[in-house]
Amino acid sequence: MTWQWFINIITKYWPMLVRGAGVTLFISIISTIIGSIIGLIIGTIRTIPKQDRIVRKAILTVINAILTAYVEFFRGTPMIVQASVIFYGAAMIGINMDRTVAAIFIVSINTGAYVAEIVRGGIISIDKGQFEAAHAIGMNHVKTMLNVVLPQVVRNILPAIGNEFVINIKDTSVLNVISVSELFFQAKTVAGNNFRYFETYLIVSIMYLIMTLVVTRILRMIERKMDGPENFIVIPGNQMQVERPEDQLRRQK
Amino acid sequence: MEKVIDIQHLRKSFGSNEILKDIDFSVNKGEVVCIIGSSGSGKSTLLRCINLLEKPTDGAIIYKGENILDNKHDIYAYRTKLGMVFQQFNLFNNHNVLSNCTVGQIKVLKRSKAEAEKVAMKYLSVVGMDNYINAKPKQLSGGQKQRVAIARALSMEPDVLLFDEPTSALDPEMVGEVLAVMKDLAKSGLTMLVVTHEMGFASEVANRVVFMDKGVIAEEGRPEQIFNNPTQERTKEFLKRVLNKQ
Ligand SMILES: Nc1ncnc2c1ncn2[C@@H]1O[C@H](COP(=O)(O)OP(=O)(O)OP(=O)(O)O)[C@@H](O)[C@H]1O
Ligand SMILES: [Mg+2]
Repeated sequence: MTWQWFINIITKYWPMLVRGAGVTLFISIISTIIGSIIGLIIGTIRTIPKQDRIVRKAILTVINAILTAYVEFFRGTPMIVQASVIFYGAAMIGINMDRTVAAIFIVSINTGAYVAEIVRGGIISIDKGQFEAAHAIGMNHVKTMLNVVLPQVVRNILPAIGNEFVINIKDTSVLNVISVSELFFQAKTVAGNNFRYFETYLIVSIMYLIMTLVVTRILRMIERKMDGPENFIVIPGNQMQVERPEDQLRRQK
Repeated sequence: MEKVIDIQHLRKSFGSNEILKDIDFSVNKGEVVCIIGSSGSGKSTLLRCINLLEKPTDGAIIYKGENILDNKHDIYAYRTKLGMVFQQFNLFNNHNVLSNCTVGQIKVLKRSKAEAEKVAMKYLSVVGMDNYINAKPKQLSGGQKQRVAIARALSMEPDVLLFDEPTSALDPEMVGEVLAVMKDLAKSGLTMLVVTHEMGFASEVANRVVFMDKGVIAEEGRPEQIFNNPTQERTKEFLKRVLNKQ
């Protein structure tokens, strides 16, 4: 191993590797977003309270059974196997899926299964008082979820979603089994050309690391943005009917 | 006198455990009713049954001449007519002070944002929290949270306000500011139903005091009667216990 080889690989193959990294990022971002939306919907449906009326009860039971099966299946099997089953299965019944579309499809539904459980946990962990206060001012279940509960859930699960995003960046590498031209697939091609396996994969590992580190930082920034300012502004000048001692002091100054 | 809510033969069981046993009870317009009683006697359950946070097992709740326990009734519309103030405040954590008071008006009563904010500001100034409209709940003290919670309930302009031990979760130095707001509201003629352990408040502000014991209304009457001349043995015992503690 010499430094020269690193420089050679980078100068010669950087367009391929960067393109691969781009595909990896593209698939990860899109799939994380779609997967999160799927997960949000499914997680929300799975926490609908028990229904009194028979018909609704039956419908909900059936839907829940289907969703449970979905979550269990995609959480309980490796994505590399799912990718192969779906891609070759589709080919067998005559559907020739675009490889990138297939990749996004597989990663999305996979992410959806995980996020559904994250969302369900997030909803369950919201204080019962929040639901009751919303019901007490006349909100129905949908309004309660949209205006009070889900905004808090989304904020609370953002770190977990970020985690899924990072996992997706790494796990898209398994999509090389269906020849998606993501970073790992490109690395295999490059290494196959120059027979410098160690150097090539070392470069690629650094590229993965840079992507995950940058993404983590950006997500942390978004979280802080969402929390708003640490302090609030007291609007002075209004008359107060009930004054706390510190308010009184402030006014007298 | 016009009855705002009229409860008839109300029962509530959790499993085989009967918590409310045949409660007959009503609140008149403009009246302040305080419910007292020892822990576990069913005070909260009664309040929660009234606004259907708990589903009564049996009986009727008559509002505007109709039994709202009939299946066909729109419980969401009914709930907007009852404000509820919780022991634990339960402000919406994702909303600031102002939007805690507007979100219900906008999403449930379908008021415009401008109108909702005007109404909210009116009631926030009643509770003395109009200077804090940008604050998030977690940035407020307990007393401030509870005053905002009262403003949130008032902003829906309900027919009656229900309070479930509104000062029990507060540090002692903050109890006064919340009770002061409640006294102002009582004076302004608001109909109020208050579960409380504050006997001083009950004797000063209530038009009627209801003593609950083991799921029944053991005694009710004017505060001076209940506090000075209780007729029931269990009322006497309860009062002796709580008044000695204070
Ligand atoms: N969801 C529930 N499931 C089962 N039992 C319940 C439930 N809610 C209340 N209870 C029971 O009902 C009884 C009355 O409770 P409730 O909260 O109404 O009492 P309370 O008079 O408000 O007491 P406190 O002064 O302590 O608030 C208690 O024994 C309680 O354990
Ligand atoms: Mg209680």
